Amino acid sequence: MLLLAPCAAASAQDRGIPAEDIKSGKAFVSRETQEQQDDLTDNPGMLWVERGGELWKEPAGPEGKSCASCHGAPESMKGVAPRYPLVDEKLGRLVNLETRIQACVAQHQQALVPPYESQELLALTSLVAHQSRGLPMSVKIDGSAAPFFAQGDKLFHEKQGHLDLSCAQCHVENWGKRLRTETLSQGYANGFPAYRLEWQTLGSSHRRLRACFQGVRAEPFAAGSPEFIALELYLAWRGQGLAIETPAVRR
Amino acid sequence: MALATRIVAPKTAKKGDVVEIKTLINHVMETGFRRDNMGRAVPRDIITKMRCTYAGEEVFAMDMFTGIAANPFVVFTTVATETGTLVFEWTDMKGEVTRAEATLTVT
Repeated sequence: MLLLAPCAAASAQDRGIPAEDIKSGKAFVSRETQEQQDDLTDNPGMLWVERGGELWKEPAGPEGKSCASCHGAPESMKGVAPRYPLVDEKLGRLVNLETRIQACVAQHQQALVPPYESQELLALTSLVAHQSRGLPMSVKIDGSAAPFFAQGDKLFHEKQGHLDLSCAQCHVENWGKRLRTETLSQGYANGFPAYRLEWQTLGSSHRRLRACFQGVRAEPFAAGSPEFIALELYLAWRGQGLAIETPAVRR
Repeated sequence: MALATRIVAPKTAKKGDVVEIKTLINHVMETGFRRDNMGRAVPRDIITKMRCTYAGEEVFAMDMFTGIAANPFVVFTTVATETGTLVFEWTDMKGEVTRAEATLTVT
């Protein structure tokens, strides 16, 4: 059966978790934290979404163009986030929402590009992703995306760091169990940028990945690096069908 | 200092109703107890006072200390007495004030 599938890696078995057991990271936090995420007036991540709404209208660059000049209202971004990361044929590389916004600012606004993990980029990314809140993640992994998917797959299953652990050992083989005081999630990143109580601020999925890498005492890739974006694609595919929760609230 | 704030309060209420007001402000609330990765103390930076007036009268006030988490979320209630402006003020330890307003129409 695997031989007949157009892309063997796309078979659901390879996720390692049966479809009925796929759970968002939300299922692994306390009820109070879940309520804080659902109630948008209480959700601290909304501060970034609102800031993003202001930046959206702010003109920049030589022609004084804002995001709104081309895209109209932020609501037009509904349905965009679930498709990312994707391969930009013109750029010839895999882009996630953050790097897509950076490329857009550079090409179309010709303005100063907000650095990865800057408050501005986090705000704009949250705004765009928030428009798709509730829509299922549906990334493309075949065609030109296949090599990036394979790279992400390899990173996910490769043992790394002093502790010699792979992502899969915690998030596929041992999810739901305790790692010290924490319950291991399945690691889909469907709520990012997310507000983490540990950080006391909103952060990117790459910041979260960095924390995991440091946890196994491996040297993390840089935020916005091709390696992390490939891994992000792989994680998004693993969580295919889960709803976007941006801005999620996590431990 | 212009910090992002969110106020959620009903726009209208009946006279005598108890109204719930939710407030959120973007602030680091740095305790001053932490050190950075070079071992240098991170200077304290906290909001020390929060105050709300309704039609000129103080209806809520609190002092904040280092134990309050970043981005303080405060919910309180008041009784709708007359149509007026709710003015929220957060004062940080340097004395800088962030202000937000909401109007409550009482019928």
